[in-house]
Amino acid sequence: MAIPMQATPVATPTGAAQPIEPAAGSALTPPGAFDAVPMGFFTDTTVCIGCKACEVACKNWNGLPADVVALSGNSYDNTLHLNGENWRHVQFIEQFSDDRADGRWLMMSDVCKHCVHAGCLEVCPTGAIIRTEYDTVVIQADVCNGCRDCIAACPFGVIEINPVSKTAMKCTLCYDRLQSGLQPACSAACPTASIRFGTIQELQEAATARVEQLNAQARDAGRPEDAYLYGADDSLLGGLNSFYLLVDRPEVYHLPATAKLPSQDLPAASALGVGGAIGLAALGAVSFRKRRMDSFAEAARDGRGEEGGRGEDRGEEAMGEER
Amino acid sequence: MRLGRGAATAFPGSLVHSNAILIEGSNMAECHPVAFRWAMQAKLNGAKIIHADPRFTRTSAVADLYAPIRAGSDIAFLGGIINHVINSERWNTEPFFKEYVATYTNAATIINPDFLDTEDETADKPLGVFSGLGPYKEGPWGLNGFVGQYANASWQYDRAPVGDQGRTAATAQSGEQPVESGQPGEEDPVPAGPPYDALVRDLLPDNPARRDETLEDPRCVFQLMKKHFARYTPELVSEITGCPPERMIEVAETLLTNSGPDRTSAICYAVGWTQHTYGVQMIGTAATLQLILGNIGRPGGGIIALRGHATIQGSTDVPTLYHSIHGYMPAPTVLKDHNSVEAYLKAETLPTSYWANMPKFFVSYLKSMYGDAATAENDFGFAWHPRISGDHSHMPMFIAMTEGRVRGMFAMGQNPAVGGQNARYQRMALGKLDWLVVKDNFETETAAFWYKAPEVVDGTIAVEDIQTEVFFFPSAQVAEMDGTFTNTQRLIKYHHKAVDPPGDARSDIWFTYHLGKRLKALYEGSAEERDQGFLNLTWDYDPDPEEVEPWAIEDEPSVLKIMREINGYDSATGEHLPGFAALKDDGSTTCASWIYSGIMPGPGLENLKAASRVPDPEGGGAANLGWGFAWPANRRIIYNRASARPDGTPWSEEKAWVYWDPEKINPATDEPGVWTGRDVPDFAAGKAPDYEPEPGAIGLDALSGTDPFIMKADGKGWLYTPTGLVDGPLPTHYEPMESPAPNVLYPDQRTNPVLKAWNVDGNPTAEPADPAFPHVLTTYRLTEHHLSGVMSRWLPWLAELQPELFVEISPELAGEIGVANTEVVRVLTPRGDITAKALVTRRMRPMTVAGKTIHHVGMPWHWGYQGLVTGAVTNDLSLLVGDPNVTIHEGKAFVCNVEKA
Amino acid sequence: MDTAVLSRRKLLGRSLAGTALSAMAALGIDLRPAQARAWSLRIAEAKQYPSVCPYCAVGCDTMVYAQDGVILDIEGDPNSPINQGTLCPKGAAIYQLHVNPNRLTQVLHRAPGAASWEVIGLEEAMDMVAERVKATRDETFQETYEATNADGEPVERIQMATTEIFSLGGATMDNEWNHVHQKLMRGLGIVPIENQARI
Repeated sequence: MAIPMQATPVATPTGAAQPIEPAAGSALTPPGAFDAVPMGFFTDTTVCIGCKACEVACKNWNGLPADVVALSGNSYDNTLHLNGENWRHVQFIEQFSDDRADGRWLMMSDVCKHCVHAGCLEVCPTGAIIRTEYDTVVIQADVCNGCRDCIAACPFGVIEINPVSKTAMKCTLCYDRLQSGLQPACSAACPTASIRFGTIQELQEAATARVEQLNAQARDAGRPEDAYLYGADDSLLGGLNSFYLLVDRPEVYHLPATAKLPSQDLPAASALGVGGAIGLAALGAVSFRKRRMDSFAEAARDGRGEEGGRGEDRGEEAMGEER
Repeated sequence: MRLGRGAATAFPGSLVHSNAILIEGSNMAECHPVAFRWAMQAKLNGAKIIHADPRFTRTSAVADLYAPIRAGSDIAFLGGIINHVINSERWNTEPFFKEYVATYTNAATIINPDFLDTEDETADKPLGVFSGLGPYKEGPWGLNGFVGQYANASWQYDRAPVGDQGRTAATAQSGEQPVESGQPGEEDPVPAGPPYDALVRDLLPDNPARRDETLEDPRCVFQLMKKHFARYTPELVSEITGCPPERMIEVAETLLTNSGPDRTSAICYAVGWTQHTYGVQMIGTAATLQLILGNIGRPGGGIIALRGHATIQGSTDVPTLYHSIHGYMPAPTVLKDHNSVEAYLKAETLPTSYWANMPKFFVSYLKSMYGDAATAENDFGFAWHPRISGDHSHMPMFIAMTEGRVRGMFAMGQNPAVGGQNARYQRMALGKLDWLVVKDNFETETAAFWYKAPEVVDGTIAVEDIQTEVFFFPSAQVAEMDGTFTNTQRLIKYHHKAVDPPGDARSDIWFTYHLGKRLKALYEGSAEERDQGFLNLTWDYDPDPEEVEPWAIEDEPSVLKIMREINGYDSATGEHLPGFAALKDDGSTTCASWIYSGIMPGPGLENLKAASRVPDPEGGGAANLGWGFAWPANRRIIYNRASARPDGTPWSEEKAWVYWDPEKINPATDEPGVWTGRDVPDFAAGKAPDYEPEPGAIGLDALSGTDPFIMKADGKGWLYTPTGLVDGPLPTHYEPMESPAPNVLYPDQRTNPVLKAWNVDGNPTAEPADPAFPHVLTTYRLTEHHLSGVMSRWLPWLAELQPELFVEISPELAGEIGVANTEVVRVLTPRGDITAKALVTRRMRPMTVAGKTIHHVGMPWHWGYQGLVTGAVTNDLSLLVGDPNVTIHEGKAFVCNVEKA
Repeated sequence: MDTAVLSRRKLLGRSLAGTALSAMAALGIDLRPAQARAWSLRIAEAKQYPSVCPYCAVGCDTMVYAQDGVILDIEGDPNSPINQGTLCPKGAAIYQLHVNPNRLTQVLHRAPGAASWEVIGLEEAMDMVAERVKATRDETFQETYEATNADGEPVERIQMATTEIFSLGGATMDNEWNHVHQKLMRGLGIVPIENQARI
């Protein structure tokens, strides 16, 4: 089954040879924001070529510094982890048998998961960390006091202090670009569409289809059906708004198989936290994420009515057909 | 050489139409990640991706099928596939294959009975060489380097011999080897011209070549080729390549089942094939395979050359290369009779094929040089035009420099102190120059060689003993100037100036234009004959005021005026030409580059097709004829006549691209019947599929309605190359100049018998199977860096991604020498030794070759002694040795030793 | 990054305080409702210049965003059929190729045997190079060449060239430069002209 590559963010052909005045709008600056619905990344690790364009595109857009160190010896990975300067990080995992009869070189572009239940947000004492209208989790640099609580609270090791700003930093899912209808810099740059951007609903559909395609191919070839989605459903922290297609155990990609909120770790910290932990366990079939997505969708519908159709169909374009 | 043009036959976007893609001689995912986008889209559509390579790379990681092969063994690997394919059941039962091959290739042509293959052994001719081999005699230049030379008279089609038919200009055609096969008509009293039609007609061969359409004649090309590859069995190929036999068969079967009337397979290659002493023949093997699979000229098929620099295609088309002048015409040379336009055209014109128009291309070119001063009376100023006198390519020039035969040098955007082969040798040569001009964005290793090079720092040579005067000029970058690049798919595209460059940084065009103006002033008034050509050289690219109005720099030359000269104009009226069909041989048209003609059919940026950005709605797999301009004539897949059956209908609905519409009106003639489809037809638009040429016809009129390869003398794709290549009409396996393995095919003929070697001080080479250098060293590039690192090692965002040089070795080799991951090792070759950290990885694997274990050692070559991240120069290890056709070095396979440092 | 709190109601409407969220709030999970901050787009006022990546030969189309003579951003052109807005890491770093403190912006000259660079003026340097080219050309120019024809007889051929000045480079430059440069070299009779196509 064919899966469309990620679409381009705007459909205005430039046509003319001349430079474009800012007022004209065009290639990268469409007129409005994306609709306020949950959005995120689906990273298909089976088409990642480890080029690191996402790392550089992120630094280019967000003005992040580089930290030149030494050869790590860890395959082709020399930035080694996510932190305040590396908001994207590509992992390289070499898996070869002694005789090389079996061999894989797995690659995965890692990023903030924009958790539906975000530990960082829960512990932030200053209110610097917000949940945006796109259901993403954003640290506001001018409100952050660098207390480091969020760093400890993140089960994925995403956040660190940026040495330039001295504040906690991580991926914003390009909040500024989303508000102008531009997809994030990393997914825009990704040459093989390993990183796809879109509404969570569209990404889930595309991801499910891709898993089915891969496992059907594996069945036909007599190989194990090893493709699955990590974080796409609600089982992990209510769902991850950046989720992954993996072909090995999460730990192989340095991802936790399970994760807990800080409130679950620290029952004495807050009565609400205890309630939360129990509540989560008791939630059963109730899908918090589904409800939140529904509520966002409702808000977006209402918003569209109020805004006179601004940004209409933006979400569809983000995951639409190849242009 | 086999198809007719030195360029990719298709475009990367067309890979979305592929059913299988073989990537070999290329690490496409790492070195061309965005072109690889289309391979991955094909994969998502279900296509099979195959990677054949010595190393398991980021390309192998996402391939469906990986075939490990020893560096330099590609002809054996592809030859094994060819042998498997032509003896397979599918190839012999699916009628498509034989119809394509018999009609569109020279498979049916019968070859001279005197021809002896490498596989034939006679009293006079040993195994492993073709008939006609003799010694090579150097002339006064002394640096052509051939270790032998073929007389190719016996290789010809079975009829009277002709001249250099089928040429695109290569070093081998520039007179370094005496012309052997006759220049017919030399003594005939033909009018000198212009017009030159009679001259061209007089060049026609006396008899047509003999053919056997059944492909059964034992002397026909198909049977010769079949016999030639018969020894390339999976077992023997495995012994040479180290690839398991069943893996090679799987690759062959994948390509075979994914080729046919409704399926196409593509081959992508890069410098992994060119950088060998038989590199042209490697590419020829791939062309042969694609022809017998019927994949040339069709969507999702073809051979895609992935080139490494922004306009490396453009700088070959618009040649800053010694051996050719514009549009692949051979550079005039003292080694042939090129004393007049008539003599040059007699020696170089191909009477059949589109090349028969060379008189128009050549005279229009001379007009672009000398303008009004070029007249029919003075032979269009040709006597002023310089002639080459031997192989003046990169490696021989550095040897000449070492010998004190070169005094001045420009290094513009190129960094031989790191990128040159045997780089230490090349840096030492720079010290023999009187003057050196370097122009670049950063202070390159070449600019700094006199105080930063390792041999200066270690005291081997003192700074004060280097008497070279050095200039460094800072360059403008792409967004700081107007101009065009030609990408790997022959597509020319315009980039706009967005800001002024900083300080005294200037565009490269500014530098050359203003240098020319100064020299014009210095020579003004000279009466010397040798100066008259330069004084008459047209040199007016001053900008119109509106072109520089927004900018602080007011004397940037006019890119539009330069493009007008490249496109061509009416010599009298100045009106832009619509395309190369409008060129004349009498001086009434002026055109620098016939192949680029049509890029600017009218004045102003609005008429520059390279600046057009109108995409097709279907995306990257469509022709996108409104996005830039592809030479020739905006054709996106060349030889696309072959995308239709001989009768002109598409091979299948799925693979329809260009086809004959007998009803549609041909706008040029108002007659019904025209080639049409999704692309610009690479064929005479109104030539019906059943057209047969009249006897005595020249040019395209001499080719039939089923001859898709319009640049070849017979209109056919060549499975066998009777002329044009100096090292044989069929590809055959040789070992690299330096190799730890014997040649299993030809024990007594290890290497290419006519390769280029220079036995000079400072360039020692290892003996065959030298125990001091037991491993194969292969050099390459990484995604994170660019070439010699000038455009990447100064950028923090790229420097941090790959901060240090490394040596990739297998755990087995690491164990043998007692080295752990990231420990420092010394790598030694006969040229010298350098140190770097070991990257121990199972992606490298020992191979069994001819019963012996062979280790590969892999090294990227991006580092040097300048930049934010520095490291040893990998090319200090490589050697000066060249392919005999194009003098490209052998950087992909040579020998080394590795030890703990 | 500019942050200004906008009206939540305007952006999100009323439904965030709807029943679903209230139910979760009671469970103590991620209670805070979505908040919107208006972040300005730093290229919103920039002029866009169509451009092409200068690294490899895939020829990815880019857009250069510049304002008041300063480059703000360079990204892939999403309309391009070549790259559809995507880039590799080198292409994504083109901005840093331009805006980079390590760039040299003055002409440097090293006299024969000297131990260091001297900064010199652009015009003066151009004059000096022109003089070097003329002097070397004039001293080494060959008008004719003594050859032997196929019959072994001596013949005089036109040469009109020098092989003692070598021009290297071109594959990273513009086509227009390649044209004028090879024209100048051949116009002067300088025939050793080479570029990266040979490697």
